[in-house]
Amino acid sequence: MSLRATTSQTIGPYLRIGLEWMVIEDLAPQGVPGERVRIEGRIVDADGKPVNDAAVEIWQANSHGKYASPEDAQSKPLDSVFRGYGRSLTDDAGNFRFRTIKPGRVPGPQGSTQAPHVTVTIFMRGLLKQLQTRIYFADDPANAEDPVLALVPVERRPTLIAKKRADGALEWNVVLQGRNETVFFDF
Amino acid sequence: MSYRRPYRGTQPDYLFPPYASTVKRAPSQPLVVLPHTLSELTAPVFGYSDIKPDDNDLTRQHKGEPLGERIVVSGRVLDENSRPLEGLLIEIWQANAAGRYNHRVDQHDAPLDPHFTGAGRAITNGEGRYRFVTIRPGEYPWRNHYNAWRPAHIHFSLFGPAIVTRLITQMYFPGDPLLEYDPMFTCVPDEKARNRLISLFDWETTIPEHALGYRFDIVLRGREATPMERPR
Repeated sequence: MSLRATTSQTIGPYLRIGLEWMVIEDLAPQGVPGERVRIEGRIVDADGKPVNDAAVEIWQANSHGKYASPEDAQSKPLDSVFRGYGRSLTDDAGNFRFRTIKPGRVPGPQGSTQAPHVTVTIFMRGLLKQLQTRIYFADDPANAEDPVLALVPVERRPTLIAKKRADGALEWNVVLQGRNETVFFDF
Repeated sequence: MSYRRPYRGTQPDYLFPPYASTVKRAPSQPLVVLPHTLSELTAPVFGYSDIKPDDNDLTRQHKGEPLGERIVVSGRVLDENSRPLEGLLIEIWQANAAGRYNHRVDQHDAPLDPHFTGAGRAITNGEGRYRFVTIRPGEYPWRNHYNAWRPAHIHFSLFGPAIVTRLITQMYFPGDPLLEYDPMFTCVPDEKARNRLISLFDWETTIPEHALGYRFDIVLRGREATPMERPR
């Protein structure tokens, strides 16, 4: 028998009540192997106004390129304290932030290997279903052969790439609509 | 092996102008169709150690009892292939009986209830079942259009086996006269899909002398069984 998936509805403006208990902005406690990174950014709407009521969730592999999920059958090591999931709720300036490690490479379609990337899911008032996008890392040579980046028009690819700031953090912003609109996926 | 794409009309589009907030927030560029790689086919795992045993009872989180009508909300979580989904984290949140959220941006002129926060958590069991005890949320006005009122609803957030099965939705109550005027409800073109967001009154879970039962089953995307069953 085949059922049909339940319809998505907006998260609405009061998401903090339900989601704040599990904010995880620091994914990698001491001892987790990998290159430490801080990812910070801001979400703005079509008028450039900050979105102060969004939930940003990330999902990533560990530094070996292994997901802490039973659906990942690769024989790569798991890090017991690294779940790979983060949740940040934007502040009044529309900012979100994560401290994590740079993920390793994971397999892609047809025997390819993907460049290191973080999967991003965004919920907010005014979104009737989530937005799905990705963060890649600037200057990573693997970006040139990434099978998913290759599907994105060249001129829009920079919206998926976090840039190193002077203070060492990686900056990755989300433009919901209009000029420099972030690439979102039909997932 | 990828997950099924939505059946036509069963999921909302991003842009739905009757819901005014979509206008400045919906993407305007074409979406890029994403193949389901390992990154999309995996998801974080949660369990009983992530929650407290009575996180599913919203009526017992404070010293006193919240005001309002006690209800039991329960159901099953299945995938599109009718497989029960065990061990999923469900997060819910809602307004109190007066239609007021315990949140700083809610300025509706209705009383807060010191005995009600309005947030709960549960993990589905081996049959995909979950159960919450709460109070029936009130309807409340919002400023989307003149004299706009939200029907009574409970927000549900679920993680599935894969990132692409992540779902946030709202559960409504049977017979609510506000549903047909609510753009969040009517944003879904397919009437049957829309109506599946309405819970059913349920004698089975109604507790005599104590609380009415409502049943709300949730279906997450399922994997494509064989290429012949491709829905598009």
